[in-house]
Amino acid sequence: MRRFARFALLPLVIVVSVITLGAADTQARYQDLGHKLMCICGCSEILIECNHVGCPDSDRMLAELRAAIDHGDSNNAILTAFQDKYGPTALAAPMLTKFNVVAWIVPPALLVLGLFGTWILVKRWRMRVAAAPVVEEAEMSDDLRERIRKETEV
Amino acid sequence: MPTFGSFALLVALALSGYNLLAGAVALRQLATGRRGAIAPERLAETARRAGIASFFATACAAFALVWAAFTNDFSVAYIAEHSNRALPWAYKFAALWSGQEGSLLLWAFLLSAYGFVLRARHKVDVKLTAYASTILAAIQVFFLLLVNVAATPFSLVPGGLAPQDGNGLNPLLQYPEMVIHPPMLYLGYVGFAVPFAFALGALMMRYPGEKWIHITRRWTMVTWLFLTVGIFLGMHWAYNVLGWGGYWGWDPVENASLMPWLTGTAFLHSVMMQEKRGMMKSWNVWLIFSTFMLSILGTLLTRSGLVSSVHAFAQSPIGNWFWIFLVFILAVCTFTYIYNRDHLATEHKLESLVSRESSFLFNNLVLLAACFTVLWGTFFPVLSEFVQGNKVTVSAPFYNRVAVPIGVFLLFLTGIGPLLAWRSTSMKSIRRNFILPGIVALVVAIAVIPMGVQPWTIFTTDQEGAFYSWITFALAAFVLTAILNEFYKGARVIGQKSGQSLLASMVQLTRRNTRRYGGYIVHFGIVLIFVGIGGQAFNQSHEQTMNYKDSFNLGPYRVECLDYSQDTNANYDTEFAMLNVYRGNRFVTKLAPELRVYAVNGQPSTIVANHSTLVEDLYVIYAGKDPSTGQPVIKAFLNPLVSWIWIGLLVTILGTGIALVPNMSASLAAQRHHVTVPAEPVAAGRAGD
Repeated sequence: MRRFARFALLPLVIVVSVITLGAADTQARYQDLGHKLMCICGCSEILIECNHVGCPDSDRMLAELRAAIDHGDSNNAILTAFQDKYGPTALAAPMLTKFNVVAWIVPPALLVLGLFGTWILVKRWRMRVAAAPVVEEAEMSDDLRERIRKETEV
Repeated sequence: MPTFGSFALLVALALSGYNLLAGAVALRQLATGRRGAIAPERLAETARRAGIASFFATACAAFALVWAAFTNDFSVAYIAEHSNRALPWAYKFAALWSGQEGSLLLWAFLLSAYGFVLRARHKVDVKLTAYASTILAAIQVFFLLLVNVAATPFSLVPGGLAPQDGNGLNPLLQYPEMVIHPPMLYLGYVGFAVPFAFALGALMMRYPGEKWIHITRRWTMVTWLFLTVGIFLGMHWAYNVLGWGGYWGWDPVENASLMPWLTGTAFLHSVMMQEKRGMMKSWNVWLIFSTFMLSILGTLLTRSGLVSSVHAFAQSPIGNWFWIFLVFILAVCTFTYIYNRDHLATEHKLESLVSRESSFLFNNLVLLAACFTVLWGTFFPVLSEFVQGNKVTVSAPFYNRVAVPIGVFLLFLTGIGPLLAWRSTSMKSIRRNFILPGIVALVVAIAVIPMGVQPWTIFTTDQEGAFYSWITFALAAFVLTAILNEFYKGARVIGQKSGQSLLASMVQLTRRNTRRYGGYIVHFGIVLIFVGIGGQAFNQSHEQTMNYKDSFNLGPYRVECLDYSQDTNANYDTEFAMLNVYRGNRFVTKLAPELRVYAVNGQPSTIVANHSTLVEDLYVIYAGKDPSTGQPVIKAFLNPLVSWIWIGLLVTILGTGIALVPNMSASLAAQRHHVTVPAEPVAAGRAGD
C-alpha cells in the first residue's frame, strides 16, 4: 500500500513540477534574493525591506541584484558575488560552507537528539514501572459523560 | 528634584542591602538553630519591612525623574537627552524608559513593586516568602547599584548649565503603543524574578510539597501575560511605525524577548506535571532558573552591543555588570541545585508514550528547541567571529528555515495534547478523539489549495513558505476543532443536566474549571496567531513613482494617486500623498502615507497608511521622492491575514484572564441552577490541565 502510494505520488509531483517550472520568473527571483541579502548601510535590515530614508547603499545594491538576474546568473553565483564584494554580513543567512554549516545543523540535530533521548528515557521508565492498565473506555456516552461530570464538577 | 531622586535611590539601596543581609542572617539562624542577640524571627521581620520601605524609596526616585521630565528640568542630563518642551505629556512620561538610565530605574522600580506585593502577602507562607524576599532583595541590590553607580539617571549636565531645550524623544518612539510596550515587556522580564525567587528559595530550604508552585502559579501567568502583550505591542508598533511591511524581523533584541517567553511557556505547561503527578521537579526548577536568566540576557543584549541590532540606541559598557550578574546567578543556581538535588526526586515515572504527560514532555522539548534555535541564531555571529575571524549575519532566512518547522511541530502538539488522557491512552480513545479534528484538517488542507495555497512549490522553487502555511492552516483546523469539541462535549453534559442553552452551558463549563478552559482559549488565541503568521507566505508588494491620476493594481485593489503635497509645523516637516483605493469600480477608502522629518533632530519617520480587513491588509508607505521627477515613490504591500495576529492576542489575553479567575464552586453552581451536587468532592482547580 505504501509502495503504491509512493508510485502514485511520483507522477503527480513530476506533473506539478513541470507545470509550475516557469513560475520562478525574474520578479520572483528578485524578491526572493532581495530577502536573502542585507543592506550594508548599518541599518541591519533585509535589503529589499530597507526603508531607511536616503540610504546610501540599498538602491545601488538592488540595482546590482537586478542586473545580475537580468544577466542570467544563478542564485548561488549572485549570493557568492555579493558575499565577495560586501563581505559575509551582506548575506541574510550564512551559506552552507565550512564552519557555517554548523549554524544550520546544530538546532535540528539537537531537536532530533532530544526527541530520541526522550523516547529512550520513557522506554526505560516504562520498563521500571509495572505496566499501567490501559483504561478501556466503554461506549462513548457513559464513560465520557462520567469523566466530563467529574471534571466539570456537576 | 535631582537631589531628592539621587537620595531616594541611595536610601533604596541601603534598605535593600539591609533586607538582603538581615534576611540572609535570619534565615541562616533559623536553618541552623543558632540564635543571635536578636531573635531570627524579629530580624527576618525587620528585613521584610526594609524591603517594603525600599519600594517607597524607589517609587520616589521614579517619581522624581518623571517630575523632572514634566517640569522640563534640563539640568538633568537624562531629561535633556530624552525630552524637550514640545513633547506631548504622555511621551514625557515615557521618557522614564526611553533611555538607558531611566529604563534601569524602571527595572528597579518594578522589581521593588513586585517585591512589595510579595512581602505584603507574606502570610501565605512566612518562611518561604522570607527566602523569596531575600533573593529578590539580592536582585534589587544589583539594579540599585547600577542606577547609583554605573548608570545614574539624575546626573547633571556637564558644566551645570541647563540648556534651554532638550534633544527630544526619538521620533520612532513617539507612538501611543510606545507608551505601554516597554513597561509591559519590563513587567514580563522583571516578573519572572518572583517565581525564580520562590523556586530558588524552596530549593534552598528543601521545601516539602508543591506549594511553591501553587503560590507562584498566578505570578507566573500574569508575568507571562505581560511579556506576551509586550512582545505583541512591539510587533504592532514595528508594523505600524517602521514601515517595512512586516512585524517581526528576528532582530537580536526581539529574539531576546522571545526566549524567556518560550521557556516561560514551557514552565507553565510542565508545572502541571509536578502538581498532578509529582514529576519533572528538577526540570521545572531549571526551566524557571533559565527563564529568569534569559530575561537578564535580554537586558544584557539591549545594553552591551554584543550583537548588532536595530535597537542599538541603548548600548553602553554596563554590559559587563550584566555578565557578572548572570554568571553569579548561574553559579548560585547550580550550587543550590547540586547541594539539594536529592530533594527533587520524582515521585512517578512516565508509563506510556501515548499520554498527557509525554505530550507535555515533548511540548517542553520542542519549546526548548525553539528557544535554543533563537539563542543559537542570535549568538552565532559572535561564535563565527571567534572561530572564523569574521562575523556573519543570521537573520530571517535562517529562522524561516529552522525555527518555522519547529513552530509547526509545536502547533501539532498543541492539538494532540488535550486529546490524550493522563497516564495512558488507549488506541480506541485516540481513534475516537482524532477522527473529527482529522477530517476537518483534511477538508481544510484540500479547500485552501484552490485559494492559492500551493504546497508543492516547495519542490519547484526554494520557497518553503507556502508549504508551511498549508500545514499550518490544516493543523490550525485540527486544533480548533479539537478545542471546540472539548467545549461542546462538556457543555452538552451541563446543558442536559441543567436545561441551559449550549452557550450558557459553555460559560458555566468555563467558570467551573477556569484553568482548563481558560487554557483552551489561550490555545485558541495562539492558533489564530499561527494562522495570521501563515498568511505571510503570500505577501505581495509593489513600488511605483506616482503622478496625479497614476494607478497600480495590487491583489484585488487598485490604488490611484489623487494628490501629493507637503506641509510643515513646529514639530516636523511632512510630505504626503493622497491615494484613493478601489476594489473593482467600488471606492473603498482613502489613504494618506506620510514621511515626516522632525525639526529637533532632523530624523525622518514613516507614517504608514493601512487599510486592514480580516482577509488582508493594504499597507502603503511614502518611500520618498523620485529625484528626477519630484513625484512620490509609493510602496504598497498586500499582507494577508495579519489582523488575525492581533485578534489572536486579544483571545489569548481573554483566556489567560479566565485562567486566573478562581473556579466557581460546584455547590454554588448547583445552587444557581438546581443541579444535584455529586457525593464525592472534586478538588476545585485540580481537574484542569
